[in-house]
Amino acid sequence: MSDAQASVRERILAALDALTDPEIPVVTLRELGILRDVRTTPDGLEVVITPTYSGCPAMGQIEDDVKATLAALGIEARVVTQLSPAWTTDWMSDAAKEKLRAYGIAPPHVRPAPEVGIVRFMKRPATAAVACPKCGSTHTVVSSQFGSTACKALYKCLDCQEPFDYFKPY
Amino acid sequence: MSTAIDYLLHLADNAVVLGQRDAEWCGHGPILEEDLALANVSLDLIGQARLLYQRAATLMGGDATEDKLAYFRDAADFRNYTLLELPHHGPLVGYAASDRDYATTIVRNFLYSALMVHLWDALTRSSDSELAAIAAKSVKEATYHLHHSRDWLVRFGDGTDESHARAQAAVDHLMPYTEEFWASSPAETAAAEAGVGVDVRTLRAGWDALVNDAFAEATLTRPACRGYVTQGKLGLHSEHLSFLLGEMQSLARAHPNGCW
Ligand SMILES: [Zn+2]
Repeated sequence: MSDAQASVRERILAALDALTDPEIPVVTLRELGILRDVRTTPDGLEVVITPTYSGCPAMGQIEDDVKATLAALGIEARVVTQLSPAWTTDWMSDAAKEKLRAYGIAPPHVRPAPEVGIVRFMKRPATAAVACPKCGSTHTVVSSQFGSTACKALYKCLDCQEPFDYFKPY
Repeated sequence: MSTAIDYLLHLADNAVVLGQRDAEWCGHGPILEEDLALANVSLDLIGQARLLYQRAATLMGGDATEDKLAYFRDAADFRNYTLLELPHHGPLVGYAASDRDYATTIVRNFLYSALMVHLWDALTRSSDSELAAIAAKSVKEATYHLHHSRDWLVRFGDGTDESHARAQAAVDHLMPYTEEFWASSPAETAAAEAGVGVDVRTLRAGWDALVNDAFAEATLTRPACRGYVTQGKLGLHSEHLSFLLGEMQSLARAHPNGCW
């Protein structure tokens, strides 16, 4: 990569770093692991994004936001959606998790090491204590495994009585 | 090439048909949390269908698109399991109507996701790298669908007399349709031989283990399944699919190529 290309790449990344998730506006696309790469190809520059859940309705908005940002920079680049490697909440940095907590969403636990075969599917969802983002108590119960979006479960704190969202490990 | 396309359409049709059925609960769920849960399950399924149709359209080339595949094929072109197109209630005679029965919804989602966790898991090793990538995402979603439906299956089965009776009736009604899972279609056989798909018979022991374990905890009886094996994946459907597609496809057909 030439110096000129490297500097364009840096400009794009710096501009895209201002983009946040449409549904969770406190974390950026890069922090969530949705923005994967900005790369030079024989056909020009490519911005690579990956969907969270297969049906995530925010993906269209995210692609539009990326395109608008590139247009504002006056840079020609294609936006490419890449599925592999599959997105995982394990890519989220500790800093991003802290932002989620401050926003009122309990951040995802690290996924347990994958087990082989049906044992993995037989198990109930990890009941490892999810801490209340309001008061920190781990005295919480799941109200529903699906919350306001596919990526979240609905929990209730039994100490401060607050309902809250838990960002599920994926 | 057509081997992969036929197989992708079978997987995509499964996902879109059950996604459309489960979406019927949107705004009508028995409780708010379940209304949200079913809408999210449906969204996952329709998202999986879109990725699969997109892959099929890419392989088909020409003017094929995901929308054409979903909205402009007729019932006889669909390759989904008959199980997934049935309404949310037991068998009825003639034009009799019925309310939706949540036990039927839960039992069907359980039987299907107990299959799909194994199928998606195996398909992460598909020779079609795009299908393998879709499978790697879908297996994570199917696992949540399995846990959700299994939890409710146990609550219903091991619940009140009424909830037990309705869960058992749903099991008795739906279980025979699962025989279709194991009757390999020409498309599935060809895909398995090409390394694109999976030999369905290799999944049966894992599915049986999940089903038997859940039924035992739910105090439900597994009925014997013998007799007619449905053939939705060959395009021979029940009378219900046309109505489902009629609703799903009407907007796209009234406004072809419409966008906003
Ligand atoms: Zn609390």
